[in-house]
Amino acid sequence: MVRTEEILLNVGPQHPSTHGVFRLVLTLDGEVITDAKPVIGYLHRGTEKIAENLQYTQIIPYTDRMDYVSAMTNNYVLVHAVETMMGTEIPERAEYLRILAMELNRVASHLLWWGTFILDFGATSPLLYAFREREMILNLLNELSGARLTFNYMRVGGVKWDAPEGWIEKVQEFVPYMRKQLKGYHDLVSGNEIFLSRTKNIGTYTKEDALNYSLSGVNLRSTGVKWDLRKDESYSIYDRFDFDVVTRDAGDAFARYECRLEEILESLKIIEQACEQFPQDGPIMAKVPKIIKAPKGEAFVRIEGSRGEIGCYIASDGKKEPYRLKFRRPSFYNLQILPKLLKGENISNLISILGAIDIVLGEVDG
Amino acid sequence: MSGEKDLEQLKKEAVAKAKAAAAAKRKAKELAESGAKEEEAAPAEATGDDLAKQKAAAVAKAKAATAAKRKAKELAESGASEESPSAEDDDLAKKKAAAVAKAKAAAAAKRKAMGQASEGEEASAGGDDDLAKKKAAAVAKAKAAAAAKRKAMGQEAGGEETSGGDDDLAKKKAAAIAKAKAAAAAKKKAAEGGAASGDDAKAKAIAAAKAKAAAAARAKGGKASAADEPEAPKAPSPNQKYLDKYVEIIKKHLGEDVLEDSYINNLSKDVPTLVAKRDSYYKVAEFLKFNESLSFDYLSEIHGSDFETHMEVYAHFYSYKNRQSVALKVKLDRDQPEIESLAKLWAGAEWPECEAYDLVGIHFTGHPNLRRIMLGEDWIGHPLRKDYEPYDVEV
Repeated sequence: MVRTEEILLNVGPQHPSTHGVFRLVLTLDGEVITDAKPVIGYLHRGTEKIAENLQYTQIIPYTDRMDYVSAMTNNYVLVHAVETMMGTEIPERAEYLRILAMELNRVASHLLWWGTFILDFGATSPLLYAFREREMILNLLNELSGARLTFNYMRVGGVKWDAPEGWIEKVQEFVPYMRKQLKGYHDLVSGNEIFLSRTKNIGTYTKEDALNYSLSGVNLRSTGVKWDLRKDESYSIYDRFDFDVVTRDAGDAFARYECRLEEILESLKIIEQACEQFPQDGPIMAKVPKIIKAPKGEAFVRIEGSRGEIGCYIASDGKKEPYRLKFRRPSFYNLQILPKLLKGENISNLISILGAIDIVLGEVDG
Repeated sequence: MSGEKDLEQLKKEAVAKAKAAAAAKRKAKELAESGAKEEEAAPAEATGDDLAKQKAAAVAKAKAATAAKRKAKELAESGASEESPSAEDDDLAKKKAAAVAKAKAAAAAKRKAMGQASEGEEASAGGDDDLAKKKAAAVAKAKAAAAAKRKAMGQEAGGEETSGGDDDLAKKKAAAIAKAKAAAAAKKKAAEGGAASGDDAKAKAIAAAKAKAAAAARAKGGKASAADEPEAPKAPSPNQKYLDKYVEIIKKHLGEDVLEDSYINNLSKDVPTLVAKRDSYYKVAEFLKFNESLSFDYLSEIHGSDFETHMEVYAHFYSYKNRQSVALKVKLDRDQPEIESLAKLWAGAEWPECEAYDLVGIHFTGHPNLRRIMLGEDWIGHPLRKDYEPYDVEV
């Protein structure tokens, strides 16, 4: 007599594959997942509550800690929301510095994802390559902002620090180097038989599912939706650059892998053009009052972050603190589809599916 | 009590005073006009950018202009009232009332004096105004003469250079003609100025009176337009037509009374915003998703807020088919914040609604699994409510 019963398996919150504190309660039938319950909130710091007692400039460091591997875009969404409400005109040089910072950060974020995604499959060396290149970007951003991860770089009206002497040249040198390395990444991993069998046709969903679950960023583009806020609801000066929106039609983990790697190339294109167009001199801050006060009313803006659509909602009563601040955090929305993807899958595919969504727990928990 | 000579003297004084007043008025008018122009230009330039700043600047300018005008008016009045001792010594009120009449008389006197002056020698008329005019005329004449000279030279040169390029000649000729024309115009203007100075004074008086009236009107209207200005940039919003379309379709299919309000949110990149009534919120959201011509298939954001007078749910939808955005809001009773869940329409609403329940305390009916997603089930209170008091067992 063989006795069968469902097993309850607790994954996390301290599990390496979750890259943070994320817990999954799985119900297993043999090796097949029959149900999955994500449990989040381990990293909830109440950013929105804290922000209600802070001035706008003081909130910027808190945004660094939401998506901590792509802090520049988080910085930007807050200042962009306030600037949209105030109608501030940003100086050219500051716009270019912002674009360079955000795109470099996007490349760094995708590199980190690439390294860890492959690490989860058991390949350790790609992580070292990815971190080597990421380190160069972090050094560049360190020279710019004085920090390697939590930059606190943007301000309402511009940026905090000007580019140091020779910085643009260093960025320009980095672009061809990164292109070369990226080719090496493809040679090393993208054609690997084991890797392909663990990502192709795994975690597949359709375009309709993606829209239904409010997915954004690469998770949406991997199903063939050509949608990038940088292009389609252009903000800052993204309309000045020539770049493509990368899409794939398959909607599986491998499609998302391809999209991210190709997006690095597109970001490099933007960085290259921004360096060429970079204004020789000029102010890096607009003329804004010392104490920022958003006008009475509400605004919701959204930008294309590394993981998808980052939104910022501000309700202001005209004071120096926001009355209500809300971030639309892409990882939080993207993670919702996970139980649907896991049901009926073999447990070994869990890592591939979760990894391909690309979450950052600081962002999920807010 | 006075002879012919005294009368002449009085007249002359009156003329001088009226002129000074007119000059002050003219200056004030110019100031007011430049102020008004900038005020007009401000809303045109303002694309919702520096609107507040420009508005403030425009208002300040308008105020300065009216102040200048008021000063000019006072000056003119005081000028007129200074004359009053020469007239009958009556009480002050009468004098003031008579001041306007006197100003008129002064203008008439001025005209007369001018007429005399132009009959006799121009120089005798005196007056800064006339002097300036004469100077201008002289300058114009000199310029015209110089131009004529140059023209003649140009022609000579042209004659000499006939052997040269025809192109060059044509150019020079054209330039010479243009110069001559300009000179002639200047001359004509100067001549007119000299001859019609009498009429000019009259015109000036009329203009000054008009300027005064206009200033008063402007001072009145300036405030009104400043108050209206927030409305003004709304009209040209490129999204107005979309808002009208949404409202029209919704009203046509769901009835007149499903929406509480609809407007363009200028602070939020001109997003069309609909405020649904509490009972029809779900119906409107469903309609936004499934109506063929709206098809808002993507829920970008949904969250709740506590505004102390009421609770509010804010949702942002996007239509990938039409490439348009819309914001849907609904106001809830603060003591019983309850609303239908949108999770049945958009699966992506599930977690954000849990978050709104957890942090703000809004209950979503029909939600598949409403739970405290961030804080855990044992948490007491909803932190983002404005009346939240932290509870700690150990304190």
